[in-house]
Amino acid sequence: MLKIENLHAKVEDNDILKGLNIEVKAGEVHAIMGPNGAGKSTLASVVAGNENYEVTEGTISLEGEDLEDLSPDERAHKGVFLSFQYPVEIPGVSVTNFIKTAINAKRKANGLQDMPAGEMLKMIREKSALLEIKKDFLSRSLNEGFSGGEKKRNEIFQMAMLEPKLAILDETDSGLDIDALRIVANGVNKLKSKDNAVIVITHYQRLLDYIVPDFVHVLADGKIIKSGGKELALELEEKGYDWLVK
Amino acid sequence: MSLQDKLAAAFKGDSKNATVENYKKEAFEAFSQKGFPTTKDEEWKYTSLRSVLKNEYGIESAKATNITQDSITPFLVAGLDSYKLVFVDGVFQASLSDSIEEVSVKLLSEAIEDASYQEIFKNKYNTLAKGFTSLTDLNTAFTTEGVVIQVAKSKAVSKPIELIYLASGETSAMLLQPRNLITVGENAEVKFIERHQSVANVATFNNVVTEVFVAKNGIFDLYKIQNDKDDASLVDATFVAQERDTVASVYTFSFGGNITRNNLSFYQNGPGCDSILNGVTILEGSQLVDSHTLVAHKSPDCQSNETYKGVYGGKSTGVFNGKVIVDQAAQRINAYQQNDSVLISDDATINSKPQLEIFADDVKCSHGCTIGQLDKSALFYMQQRGIPAKEAEALLMFAFCSDAIKDVKIPALKIKINQMVADKLKVNIQFDEIAE
Repeated sequence: MLKIENLHAKVEDNDILKGLNIEVKAGEVHAIMGPNGAGKSTLASVVAGNENYEVTEGTISLEGEDLEDLSPDERAHKGVFLSFQYPVEIPGVSVTNFIKTAINAKRKANGLQDMPAGEMLKMIREKSALLEIKKDFLSRSLNEGFSGGEKKRNEIFQMAMLEPKLAILDETDSGLDIDALRIVANGVNKLKSKDNAVIVITHYQRLLDYIVPDFVHVLADGKIIKSGGKELALELEEKGYDWLVK
Repeated sequence: MSLQDKLAAAFKGDSKNATVENYKKEAFEAFSQKGFPTTKDEEWKYTSLRSVLKNEYGIESAKATNITQDSITPFLVAGLDSYKLVFVDGVFQASLSDSIEEVSVKLLSEAIEDASYQEIFKNKYNTLAKGFTSLTDLNTAFTTEGVVIQVAKSKAVSKPIELIYLASGETSAMLLQPRNLITVGENAEVKFIERHQSVANVATFNNVVTEVFVAKNGIFDLYKIQNDKDDASLVDATFVAQERDTVASVYTFSFGGNITRNNLSFYQNGPGCDSILNGVTILEGSQLVDSHTLVAHKSPDCQSNETYKGVYGGKSTGVFNGKVIVDQAAQRINAYQQNDSVLISDDATINSKPQLEIFADDVKCSHGCTIGQLDKSALFYMQQRGIPAKEAEALLMFAFCSDAIKDVKIPALKIKINQMVADKLKVNIQFDEIAE
């Protein structure tokens, strides 16, 4: 599904990723953990195509196709989804209308007609129920005045609507209380299938109790320095990162 | 020969109405002394009329028009059941207009000669416009046509009235000076849509004056649509005098033209007034839109709400000057003013100036002014969800403007404005489905 080889990336003059390799296959869940400033969010942004970051070396491919020359929206059309650590507020555009626009933009890019209104409505109803989102929430301006938990839930709602092949969850657990965490994790688990893949970026093992990873990687100083199974996350929770970084 | 000299030579000043004749002479005198405003005038610092005044304006005599219903259609609000009053080159076109029974409509040229209109000319006409600017005086001195509309007490007019002023000259540049007078009776309600549009193949200059009087408890809405050709300029002066407990709104949508100067003045003459001034300006090329607004709070317990949004591209220029005067008598008023601009090109300019003069102590006055660029993180967020960059930009700009559009009371007009915004931003998005 996703193959990253020898990835180097910088923002302004700071080298952040320094030769990162990872391969994620369809049906897998990978967790990326690591200390602050290791480059976790940079990795997410670079895969999504954020132009603030410059890729200086290496390749990123999705299902064998090089993503380098694709804009963020073209990557989204290929099935890349990034749940933002800090979702952006967009006053004047409602949650419902934003997601409708996004879905139809993707369909258009893939040569399909707009989704019929009835079908859209049904899908919105199903997916919002999955994330226990109330109806009035959907007509509010996107992320404007949302609590941290509402923003994250809204991200996963959009993910559910867009049905991506590769979902990257960037610290989706930060700012969530245990109930919201359970709802969000439950949403992600329901969306998992043998045809898609999930990368969970987190500081804490807690989320991984709910979204159980097949692989856990430790990212430090721009590289993956250790990989293992889900038990690695428990070990990290207990011992921290210092023993690995030294 | 300069335009001012040419006008001096053409001035006649006679009228069948003594009041009007007096006003004409007085106004011509005032104009002769002041002349056209220049950028040396504080109020015209950023708006030069040089490109407008250099044209050779001909005095074309009224001729039969070849304007047809079809050529007007693009300038009307599609799907709106309205009363249309159409003027071409300053001449009323009965065949293109609707007759209106529920409201008294009289052409200015006829009202002047009508004895029953003596009173309105004495008590209302030119009482707000007199001496406002030299251009207002110019209009008073030279105007030949326009409408006098009176809405009777307690009459809620069933359809909006569309005032369409077309210019269709072919040989020399045209100077047009329509003049409107509107009175809204006690407890009456009426909505207007106003448009000045060139279909001419010469440059046009509209110098328009509209005076509106809203009697006790009346409701008045005026929507101005400005999307004229690049060689068409407009100086508009609209005055709204409000008696107690009235609600008056003026929306100005400016999407085109060469030089557009909007002078919009509200006078709250009784307690409990509500004034709404909203504007959306989206420009490109070398277009200029200058919005000079005045809210004169002269009475207690009133409100005013002013929201102007602008998106400036190319080498375009925006000017916003929002004046709020709160008299000592105007206690417990609430005046809100906000002017937000987005510059989408390095060569675009906005000059924004709030101007508050407050002489009362128990009041709430707020004003804000922001100038910025599109939020890059918001663009990335939208692109990440699959919305292409151009659409994302347009959506952000639309969302930015939506505060000044959302309360438009005529649904068909709202759709039209949304469509015009989409066209202006060159995207194919049905904003009306996106905006709440």
